[in-house]
Amino acid sequence: MSRISIEQVKHVANLARLAITEEEAETFTKQLDKIITFAEQLNELDTENVKPTYHVLDMKNVLREDIPKPGLPQEVVLKNAPEHKNGQFKVPSILAE
Amino acid sequence: MSLFDHKVSDLHELLHKKELKVSDLVDESYKRITEVESKVQAFLTLDEERARQTAKALDEKISTDAAKGLLFGMPIGVKDNIVTKDLRTTCASKILENFDPIYDAAVVQKLNQAETVTIGKLNMDEFAMGSSNENSGFKKTHNPWNLDRVPGGSSGGSAASVAAGEVLFSLGSDTGGSIRQPAAFCGVVGLKPTYGRVSRFGLVAFASSLDQIGPITRTVEDNAYLLQAISGLDPMDSTSANVDVPNFPGSLTGDVKGLKIAVPKEYLGEGVSESVRQSVLDALKVLEGLGAVWEEVSLPHSKYALAAYYLLSSSEASANLARFDGVRYGYRTPNADNLLDLYKNTRAEGFGDEVKRRIMLGTFALSSGYYDAYYKKAQKVRTLIKQDFENVFEKYDVIVGPTTPTPAFKIGENIDDPMTMYANDILTIPVNLAGVPGISVPCGFDSGLPLGLQIIGKHFDEATIYRVAHAFEQATDYHNQKPQL
Repeated sequence: MSRISIEQVKHVANLARLAITEEEAETFTKQLDKIITFAEQLNELDTENVKPTYHVLDMKNVLREDIPKPGLPQEVVLKNAPEHKNGQFKVPSILAE
Repeated sequence: MSLFDHKVSDLHELLHKKELKVSDLVDESYKRITEVESKVQAFLTLDEERARQTAKALDEKISTDAAKGLLFGMPIGVKDNIVTKDLRTTCASKILENFDPIYDAAVVQKLNQAETVTIGKLNMDEFAMGSSNENSGFKKTHNPWNLDRVPGGSSGGSAASVAAGEVLFSLGSDTGGSIRQPAAFCGVVGLKPTYGRVSRFGLVAFASSLDQIGPITRTVEDNAYLLQAISGLDPMDSTSANVDVPNFPGSLTGDVKGLKIAVPKEYLGEGVSESVRQSVLDALKVLEGLGAVWEEVSLPHSKYALAAYYLLSSSEASANLARFDGVRYGYRTPNADNLLDLYKNTRAEGFGDEVKRRIMLGTFALSSGYYDAYYKKAQKVRTLIKQDFENVFEKYDVIVGPTTPTPAFKIGENIDDPMTMYANDILTIPVNLAGVPGISVPCGFDSGLPLGLQIIGKHFDEATIYRVAHAFEQATDYHNQKPQL
């Protein structure tokens, strides 16, 4: 039985902001299905009373004093920008006309 | 004989006595790179002009004041996912092809304080996703012991450059075995520190709860010196741990009498080649001869580690790699007239196949309706794997097994099947999930290909790992073998 459909793969690609071709969608469907089928073996384990480990060290909130410091200079921040204008990152229009 | 056949402490002595200059060390590096780099292909970027200037400045400094730190003037290579100010850092990805960082990673700041000389940036699997360096967006690194074989990954360039004598030592990063596996394949020493030992500030994040930076060296002693230099709490990384940094080189006493070694039966079972199994049993005999004792134990949840790891690391990666959107830095597609297409096409054109596959898997595992079944389930299994280690460490000092199930495989052999490639990391992944430290040291050869012995320790007990690794190294001759290039 297939655990993941091509429609799901296309939906996930959209969530991940990845443009994929029809051919890639088919390949990903096969490959992800194989990986997810493999991952199903975790269901052999009863974990009902097991707490999840999100972090291996027993750390709680790590706080420090809030001391104001100068930020990075604008020209440094913009140094690697593909496009910028008037000290801001430039992108294509967000809203359709 | 190469200058890099000497240990750091010997080279330091020569510098101190003015029998050697920093420029000689840097010359040695670039001379060797000229000789062998066309075969090995370990580097993505060389920083020769700046390195030679730094060497000159350090030589002037030493002529006026001899009291310098141990790593002063030592030539180092840095994996290309560790950011270096004004020095190209690509993560071996087309999406960062033209990226010049605006700051140094915490470990690089520490190296600068120790006055090492950065020779260049080292090849890797794209965003550290892979076990062979075949996923690099730019080139394939070759194993110095056999150029038809992979160097391992993802820190393949870091391990190959050290094995080939192009640098004295290097930094790698390890999320599921990415330091230890290439160290084993290339016959060098690689340590993944305890999660939190080394700051991740400036390490381009793959899976934040698993990633650690660590040293790759020719000897255990050099490894201990390099870890010493990069360890410690960093206010810029809230997951770096507020624990003391012991004197790691001071732990190399050679004494392992009475040390209790656990050998998990799961680590010598199915899928592990006969040559690897035998090399580990031989290594245990050596350690027994030095006065250690070993017993077989079980880490019963080991077989579930691979599945849990791919769900967790891919989930974290899918979130971490969301930042590559073509807006603030990196590649931007020329094919977009609205913002959504800009994101989608930038990422489709900028990322390689394996990175896309993991982003897809991670996004799926975190998506509505699947989160509990996959992501949360994997985090629970992670707890069980961590408890396996805790149980064993109640009675034993270290865990010993192979680093990899087989020696280095052929370039192209596993690339078409993600699952076979992933299975390469079954012996290293549980260590990352538990957050404990692990080292790989050379322990034999199979048909001229190096094999690695993995020694795993308790949280923040790298000192004991080093003590065992060093005692083993001193009792054997594997680390003195060099590839013929």
